[in-house]
Amino acid sequence: MLADYKREIILFSGLFALILLVMSFMGMAYSTRMLVEASCYAIIALGLTIQWGYAGLFNAGIMGFLAIGAFLTMLFSYPVNEDFWGSGLASDLGSVFLKLLIGIVLIVGSMQLGRFGVRQNVRRLITLILIAITYIVFMNSLDPVAGAIESEVGFIGGFGLPVWIGWVFGGLVAGGIAYFIGHICLGLRSDYLAVATLGIAEIIKAFLKNADWLTRGTLTVSPLPWPTPGPAELGFVMARALYLSLTALMIVVIFFLLTRAYNAPWGRMLRAIRDNETSALAMGKNVNKRRLEVFVFGAILMGIGGAVLGSFNGIFDPSGYIPLNHTFLIWVMVILGGAGNNLGTLFGAVFVYILWTMSEPVALWVFDVIRNLGDAWFGWEAPGDLDSRALQARVFVIGLTITLVLRYAPKGVIPERVAHHHE
Amino acid sequence: MAILETKNIHAGYGGMNILNGINMSIDSGEIGVIVGANGAGKSTSLKAIFGLLHISEGSIELNGEDITNADPNTLVKHGMAFVPQEKNVFVSLTVEENLEMGAFLRKDSYKGTLEAVYHYFPDLKDKRYQPAGELSGGQRQMVAMGRALMIEPKVLLLDEPTAGLSPLYMNEIFDRVVAVNREGVGILMVEQNAKQALNIAHKGFVLAAGRNRFTDTGENLLNDPEVAKSFLGG
Amino acid sequence: MNEFIFLFNSVVISGAVIGAIYAMGAIGVTLIFSILRFAHFAHADLMTTGAFVTFFLTVMFPGVGPAVGLPTAFVMLPIAMVLTSLIAVGIDKAFYKPLREHNVKPIVLVMASLGVTFMLQGLVRLFAGTGSRNLFVDDRKEIFRIDLPWELASRKIVITEPQLLLFLFTIIAVVSLHYFLTRSRLGKAMRAMSDNADLARVSGINVNVVVIVTWVIAGSLCAAAGTLLSLDVALKPDLSFNLLLPIFAAAIVGGVGHVYGAVLGGFVVGFAESLAVFNWAVVLRPLARAMEWDLPRSMALVPTEYKITVPFFILIAILVLRPTGILKGKVI
Repeated sequence: MLADYKREIILFSGLFALILLVMSFMGMAYSTRMLVEASCYAIIALGLTIQWGYAGLFNAGIMGFLAIGAFLTMLFSYPVNEDFWGSGLASDLGSVFLKLLIGIVLIVGSMQLGRFGVRQNVRRLITLILIAITYIVFMNSLDPVAGAIESEVGFIGGFGLPVWIGWVFGGLVAGGIAYFIGHICLGLRSDYLAVATLGIAEIIKAFLKNADWLTRGTLTVSPLPWPTPGPAELGFVMARALYLSLTALMIVVIFFLLTRAYNAPWGRMLRAIRDNETSALAMGKNVNKRRLEVFVFGAILMGIGGAVLGSFNGIFDPSGYIPLNHTFLIWVMVILGGAGNNLGTLFGAVFVYILWTMSEPVALWVFDVIRNLGDAWFGWEAPGDLDSRALQARVFVIGLTITLVLRYAPKGVIPERVAHHHE
Repeated sequence: MAILETKNIHAGYGGMNILNGINMSIDSGEIGVIVGANGAGKSTSLKAIFGLLHISEGSIELNGEDITNADPNTLVKHGMAFVPQEKNVFVSLTVEENLEMGAFLRKDSYKGTLEAVYHYFPDLKDKRYQPAGELSGGQRQMVAMGRALMIEPKVLLLDEPTAGLSPLYMNEIFDRVVAVNREGVGILMVEQNAKQALNIAHKGFVLAAGRNRFTDTGENLLNDPEVAKSFLGG
Repeated sequence: MNEFIFLFNSVVISGAVIGAIYAMGAIGVTLIFSILRFAHFAHADLMTTGAFVTFFLTVMFPGVGPAVGLPTAFVMLPIAMVLTSLIAVGIDKAFYKPLREHNVKPIVLVMASLGVTFMLQGLVRLFAGTGSRNLFVDDRKEIFRIDLPWELASRKIVITEPQLLLFLFTIIAVVSLHYFLTRSRLGKAMRAMSDNADLARVSGINVNVVVIVTWVIAGSLCAAAGTLLSLDVALKPDLSFNLLLPIFAAAIVGGVGHVYGAVLGGFVVGFAESLAVFNWAVVLRPLARAMEWDLPRSMALVPTEYKITVPFFILIAILVLRPTGILKGKVI
């Protein structure tokens, strides 16, 4: 039994040694921070491994789900802005959203007109007109209120609720967005989902960055509260260690649930769909419904992971979300670790995150050496922005890793175990 | 001598063998017909000869040269052409463009061959500028055969050229096959209409479970009571 | 009258400019889609790479342009197109071809192209830095201001030299691509392969040559689009995701696998963007003055900072209403 897991044991021992190495060089405060972040990424990566590894769905917009998770945790947990609630602006904003709600009800209602025998073309026209009217009315009434909020009270602030409520809502809203996208794209070519998720991520970012009345935009919101006692009470190391035990507990629970789902009929059906869509269809499986479920579940995990990471960082900065760090780094974790294998994904997440954080000082050091040598040997005058260029070299390395792993180790270092079904 | 000869070939998909030793041979200027029940390996034999699946055992010779597991491109260069059963025309290209695509590998002028093809299939000449997707099933089959003839092949492989055609077109296709063969093109074809096909065949190969069951001249097979009973529907 | 000249300048001209850029990108995306069957996510960064190739050539030979009377970067464009084609073919050989030969699912190729996108991004920024650059090194951008003969029209139509060159280039590129695809043997082979790849192989069409030609066309158009866009505005290394979405939207709107569809889709998305962010208050102001209405300062359908939502919602709309695209592409 143990011999079956030789590879896993060796890899995880290596990972443990690597962590110890980082601890001894960089100190406990640094290492615990890195580990908490790595564990957040692990939650996100588990979300991706069920989307990609279980069901073969390409999500190119993980960043959007992380950002929305972090936003909701900010909204729910940040202290209440008394100025805003005390002013008349709150009721102004409420009436704006009431108008939106009415519009949405009308739009949804118009979609049901088919029941009264209205022809499809007419129905579509009515829906489009209602959407246009709702949009224009909403935008026009929101604009002055948003402007007033920004100039008078800064932004609307949070709800001052416990952090975990924000995490739950972060997951739920991320799942809702995934439902919308998946509903449209999952019946079409697999590439279209990638294009659409890429787009929604950019839109979520644009929205969070520019809706200053809601998020303070580029001004950022901090400090976000933690669900556990913070560094002020316990000191950095202990506070982070406590946070780490919370995320570790979450990972254990998620891991347990995922493993059960993977081996349940639901998981088997997903794999059947992934491996051979045609025969799964022929067997009468509802392919798109299963895919939509898994896409939404994955997105919920991503939303939660993003929320937990957001709380830990203590700051909500929408411009800080970039596709490289918040989408493709996670892709590297999953495909390197082993898509579809939860243990592999966990390994990939922690291992890649450590390499990623450590690569920053290493890249700077390497380029510093190059600068000095170039200067000493050739009298080369390095460009002034060499340091920022050095960090870009890491972008290249990410890209190269993706292509190399796809070519030489397409199943990752801990491949999915092909289970022998006993049905 | 034999222009095309397969010696005891074994082949299949993904580790599962479908062909378990096929022996066939046709001389230049002969028509060979492959018949047999569904799943006997008829179409698979043609695909194996044309390099579309891996041959694990046995060998194939074209004009005395070993071509086992050669890729389609090489085979076309060596004078072998293949007409698949389905999706055998470029639907968005015109008839003439379809024919031109058959001559892709030719460096010399193919105008003469084009005229020859139009001579075989006069219908196509009238529709030369029409997209092949707009043609009827029989006309498409003609386009597909015409495309294959554009390299002036020594051997032509046809996979069920009359499948799904009306009897009128069926006869016309058989006529054309004979006409093409008279010009010295060796033909190896798979056919469902076994009786009609064996009528024009010099050689017939009756397959069962991926092996030769009977191999003889077309005439002898037609007259063989055992073949008639089990494969020609009495 | 002036209001309409403003409308012309900021909707017609700028919509056509960005539409032409999208069209050139979408042609490449649609060709790769139909020949190689995957969504090429590295396309926008291939454009950026092409623009930087031009930039390096321009820096090396800054005097060429003034001697001919055209911007140096434009004179250097043919060389940059050749070099970018070579880069594209090389990328295919190194990263996509091995995967194709392993018969991977198309989505794995999409992922590999994302890997390539980051490699290109990293390399461009490593060698050229992260700041924005000007493609005019030893020359200046010429701006034409055209006076209209009417009395009321005091505002001028503004068009720049790079914009004129862009329109000229787009027309030439589309027309020659049309002739290539319908008249030449290789062009027809490309259409044949996009129509039915298996049959193309069986017919003896040299698949490798067709693939190389596809990358040459896509690479050249990328270099041209990247260069002409940077001539018009500025050369920035972070164009990628801002261009990628509209280009894919254009290709899908036009009908995937459809070259003319891609051109049409490019202009549809381009004009939709410039119409959506146009401030209609400017045009309505004289009317409002006459009617004594009170107009808000800004009446754009979509605030400029949300421009990226326009191609996205066009994409969503087409996927819901007509997933095959306007001209009915064949790949769904």
